[in-house]
Amino acid sequence: MSFMKITASGLAITVACAAAASAQSRDQVQVAGSSTVLPYATIVAESFGENFDFPTPVVQSGGSSAGLQQFCQGIGENTPDIANSSRLIRESEIATCAENGVTDIMHVQIGYDGIVFASDINGPEFAFTPADIYKGLAAQLVVDGELVANPNTTWNEVNPDLPEQPIIAFIPGTKHGTREVFEEKVLAAGCEESGAMEEITAMSDEDTAEAACVATRTDGRSVDIDGDYTETLARIQSDSNGIGVFGLSFYENNMNTLQVATMSGVVPSTETIASGEYPVSRPLQFYVKKAHIGVIPGLKEFVEFFVSDDMAGPNGPLAAYGLVSDPELAATQAAVEAEETM
Amino acid sequence: MTERTAGATPRRTSLMQLDARTKSRNAAEARFKAYGLGAITIALLALAMLMFSIFSTGSSAFRQTYATFEMMLPAETLDPKGNRDPAEMAKVTTIGYQNVLRGGLIEAVRSAGIVPDGVADSDITGILSPEAAADLRNRVLANPELVGTVVDIDALAHGRIDGYFKGRVTMQSAERDGNITPQRLQLAQAMTDNGLMAIRFNWGFVTKPDASDQRPEAAGLGVAILGSLYMMLVVLVLAVPIGVAASIYLEEFAPKNRWVDVIEVNISNLAAVPSIVFGILGLAIFINFAHLPQSAPIVGGLVLTLMTVPTIIISTRAALKAVPPSIRDAALGIGASRMQSVFHHVLPLAMPGILTGTILGLAQALGETAPLLLIGMVAFVRDYPDAPPAGLFDPASALPVQIYNWTQRADPAFVERASGAIIVLLAFLLVMNAIAIILRRRFERRW
Repeated sequence: MSFMKITASGLAITVACAAAASAQSRDQVQVAGSSTVLPYATIVAESFGENFDFPTPVVQSGGSSAGLQQFCQGIGENTPDIANSSRLIRESEIATCAENGVTDIMHVQIGYDGIVFASDINGPEFAFTPADIYKGLAAQLVVDGELVANPNTTWNEVNPDLPEQPIIAFIPGTKHGTREVFEEKVLAAGCEESGAMEEITAMSDEDTAEAACVATRTDGRSVDIDGDYTETLARIQSDSNGIGVFGLSFYENNMNTLQVATMSGVVPSTETIASGEYPVSRPLQFYVKKAHIGVIPGLKEFVEFFVSDDMAGPNGPLAAYGLVSDPELAATQAAVEAEETM
Repeated sequence: MTERTAGATPRRTSLMQLDARTKSRNAAEARFKAYGLGAITIALLALAMLMFSIFSTGSSAFRQTYATFEMMLPAETLDPKGNRDPAEMAKVTTIGYQNVLRGGLIEAVRSAGIVPDGVADSDITGILSPEAAADLRNRVLANPELVGTVVDIDALAHGRIDGYFKGRVTMQSAERDGNITPQRLQLAQAMTDNGLMAIRFNWGFVTKPDASDQRPEAAGLGVAILGSLYMMLVVLVLAVPIGVAASIYLEEFAPKNRWVDVIEVNISNLAAVPSIVFGILGLAIFINFAHLPQSAPIVGGLVLTLMTVPTIIISTRAALKAVPPSIRDAALGIGASRMQSVFHHVLPLAMPGILTGTILGLAQALGETAPLLLIGMVAFVRDYPDAPPAGLFDPASALPVQIYNWTQRADPAFVERASGAIIVLLAFLLVMNAIAIILRRRFERRW
């Protein structure tokens, strides 16, 4: 009956494991959320694990929305302590959180990230304005007082100053927090700048105009990328006419294959984004469950370390990787120190 | 009938000269053979292409550039109070060690007679990995007596320097690159010429944990391999007894009625369920309901168990069916109980088939990523999990997940590492499949 014995002992071990689990408590910080914040979070987690007596935090990735959803599932050791996000938390998410007992949430802004347009390094140079992007990628344009499907096929049809290159753009898909910024700071801004906003509002109403401004064309010239920037890069490498939307740090790591387009005449860099000259940027942040501070060892220390000058300051490793450091960092540090909630 | 045969002219056939119909039948056969050959050629070509692309990009991940030099560890900076107390010395952070390394590196470069052209003393450590300082710190804290002595430093070179020696980075691309300058590449070249830097086999790739985007050169598969191993352990301990017991009951003891038919059909259906569904189930049951921790191999193992059990049941039942009924009849005939006939005679004979099925099921589970996405295994984990059983609840990564993770990283150096990880995963699968084949060959019996 050795088979039976093996089976029985195997199952016994499993039961013992399960019993051990209920007794064990988590001793490392758990982070989930945005894939844009992920590299910064891993850099900080790595340094934190090296220099503190706490274990290295575990950083999951999966997008801002997925991270906040996990975050809002409740209080307890099997939920993340921190949710990284490349956009602000929505009212509906705060409501979900509150329903599940997650009420005291700390909002910690770590800095800014620029969104850049880049193309193959061997192709022509581009100098865009938000209006160019809008006219190139909008689903419908106003022509002679009527909304028609976007007729532009090359960039010089949009703006004679641009090179004669077919319009192909790889833009972030709707699951990315970056998409929201792209719509707001590029498409909507370009819509307004080109005067299309007013014209459409005059034709219908404001809500329709707002929706029409951010609707991208579906004829294959504007491609939603639901994967990461590496996928966008691969698409550009296979189609050298493509223009891709990237985070500044990704571009800075791949400068040997990509060239960046200027936006309204400004070259994106940490300096121009910090000064506000470069228009397309967004704050990066994470949210912390205050209820977990003091329960999960090292949580507060990790948050403090994240926003310390050594890490998030202008000379820290995060800035070296492409984060635009926040001029208000001192205020954030004070807020973290005082555990201020939203 | 006979009249008709007599009236018809007999067909003239010859073995030497084929008639039209035989020719067309032979041609059809030749065509079919050609199709078959074509299909195999396409499959082999695809395999060869896959292998070529993986090995050509991935094999370099097993070699890494190291800088080796000797330096004095200054006691005044590393242990200001002179107590050699690790708790006090821990106050010196990796930034402090970075400065110490810089001094040693400048010294070593000078004494080798290299004049670093265009590389200021302040950024000479740019040719080393940030991991080097962390490594040195861990080494000193583990052995405080090293402070004040001359030690051999064996530091990882920066990812771009490593890329230069592997041909990924060139002088031209370095000019446009914010992370490296051509002058630093020249310095690295000069150091190599003087024996201070060399490429060699990189054990760290299979033993070290993952590293952040800033140090691709230090990233390894240690935690992922452990995590995969733990999950396979859980699957083995749970799926084999459950699967084998279920199939023995269904095959040997269960009455033949409608309910058993329903169960059988559903087991086959379960085997065809997309694996992501098991991930969703795992998230709902094991994490949200049973409150097991996120990112833990135990949860991954349980989810993969759910996925593997149907496969094991199906293969075990096939193995049991293949045992001839005469064996059972003979056992029953000499007075054995049904249970004795199964456990003493049928099961041992079916064992090779069961083991093969189990190993193939495990191999499938080893390569699975989708169900792990939802239970938090797609994570950056740097600490090794403890020894089981407690370690089963510590966060860990898994091999396929690590590959997925690395393909998403911004730094181009991770491309090579992702392919390297695929090679490791393939090696694992190959070993498992080889074991399955050996078991089958050695123990299989034919009747």
